[in-house]
Amino acid sequence: MKASPFTAATVQKIATLAHIPITDEEAGELAHGFTTTMDVVDKLGKVDVKGVTPTSQVTGFENVFREDEIDSSRMFTQEQALANGKRTHNGFFVVDQILDE
Amino acid sequence: MNLHRLTLTQAIDKLKKKEISHAELYKDVHDAISEKNTELNIYLALDPEAVSKGEKLLNTPLAGVPIAVKDNFLTPGLETTASSNVLKGFMPPYESTVISRLKKSGGVVVGKTNMDAWAHGSSTETSDFGPTKNPRNPEYLPGGSSGGSAAAVAANLCIAAIGSETAGSIRQPAAWCGVVGLKPTYGRTSRYGVVAMASSTDTPGPIGKTVRDCALVFNHIAGHDPYNASTSTDPVPDLTKQLDGGVKGMKIGLCYVDHHALRGTPAADAVITAGKVFEQLGAVVEPVPVSDEVKPKHMLNPDYAIGVYTVVQRGEVSSNLARYDGVRYGGDRGAFGDEAKRRIMLGTFTLSHGYADKYYVRAQQVRSLIIQNFHELFSHYDVLISPTSPGFAQKLGASTQSPMYGELEDMLLEASSVSGLPGINVPCFRDPATNLYIGLNIMGNLWQEAKVIRAAHAYEQATDWNEWAKKS
Repeated sequence: MKASPFTAATVQKIATLAHIPITDEEAGELAHGFTTTMDVVDKLGKVDVKGVTPTSQVTGFENVFREDEIDSSRMFTQEQALANGKRTHNGFFVVDQILDE
Repeated sequence: MNLHRLTLTQAIDKLKKKEISHAELYKDVHDAISEKNTELNIYLALDPEAVSKGEKLLNTPLAGVPIAVKDNFLTPGLETTASSNVLKGFMPPYESTVISRLKKSGGVVVGKTNMDAWAHGSSTETSDFGPTKNPRNPEYLPGGSSGGSAAAVAANLCIAAIGSETAGSIRQPAAWCGVVGLKPTYGRTSRYGVVAMASSTDTPGPIGKTVRDCALVFNHIAGHDPYNASTSTDPVPDLTKQLDGGVKGMKIGLCYVDHHALRGTPAADAVITAGKVFEQLGAVVEPVPVSDEVKPKHMLNPDYAIGVYTVVQRGEVSSNLARYDGVRYGGDRGAFGDEAKRRIMLGTFTLSHGYADKYYVRAQQVRSLIIQNFHELFSHYDVLISPTSPGFAQKLGASTQSPMYGELEDMLLEASSVSGLPGINVPCFRDPATNLYIGLNIMGNLWQEAKVIRAAHAYEQATDWNEWAKKS
């Protein structure tokens, strides 16, 4: 499962998906680093994993439920919720427009 | 009076007996911070009211002692940045469970410590606020990501500290700074209010001057938290009652010392010598050879754990750090440092359409094999020992040399971390020429912190490597 080397173009595509702005120069450097990293990851290709169940939770917990109740002790006031926002207006967060007219 | 040099156990005892006052204790700690923090860059923020908070807590278990806290724990009233420019100025509106519990037991947050930005790294050099230097020798790195907390303990700029580990971030800086660091079982300590990195492995834990101190802090921070569904509902063992259990009759597996990267190194030699100490104390110590496949009494090649951790951690990072959109808090995504960008983007890639099966699912399958391997090993052994890090602390600047720097430094811890196992670092060698330390890593099966503590305390008592343990 040898990975093909990353190029600046593939890195820019990933940057768009991850919503991380990067320059073309950074893309070139990142491509080199990603290739090195994935070469190490490729060692996993040597392992026989046929029939092995993947593990995402290590202590064996399954669905943990709680009552669907409002815990008012944990609720923020509007003021608290907005306190760390860089751009707010009349008690709302201001966000960039994402839809065209 | 040098009260900042006291262990946690000593400081509580002296405060309770009124042999010392909070004013005297905090003065010595703050004098030490004033003297050293500019050079070592350990604290990012200090609480000027810490002493008055401490004075009110004499009749609590921790008696109001000053505790250093890694800057990824949310602390209302103290800026919390996770050492990233993205969170510069962030004032948390709620408190992490570990810190609430610590305070309720009488611990006082004296300040917030530097770390690798977002805990991405093993050097504290990826901090957006400059590297922390190793108090044992300031030309060297403290390790990371809890480098500030480990350095605060080593330099006596606190009485004990809180860190967090995803794969080595408590134990590796503890090793490089020559202090004790306990990584509990995943789910033993709550992640609520800790800036998330890799949610399936993130585990808060204590960094302290002695094994006893770490056991005591563990008692006060561990346990089920309704705000973090992955915490265990099982009762928490009182680890301070396990200290004197000894290792007589214990079966101990000696791991990784035959790996090609370690054979004949000071780290391997120090741990082989530690194995002999355990034998003298009555334990049975057997070598556990490194293997390319799961087989009885063999340890799976750490190369696989590096691959698993790299894929799993980057994937969880890309998901967890998606929340930083600059709307509700923090700056925009252009403010991420280089390491965070690398990890977010690589995680995005390995989870993306067409690659998730090839990388993410396969990594989680190999993770199952690693867990199966440990399960097999713990049917033979009570605890496993290994070097914590492949070597001594590296010089400032080392982390910039390879995109895989952190993974190589933590190669001996990643297998146990992706399996959720508890482990502790205790100092097991000091190079007199550089004043740098080698750490012994003692790992136990899930929920078996008690055995880890027993072995660690027995070793600490039987040897002279820990300067604070000698005095107590």
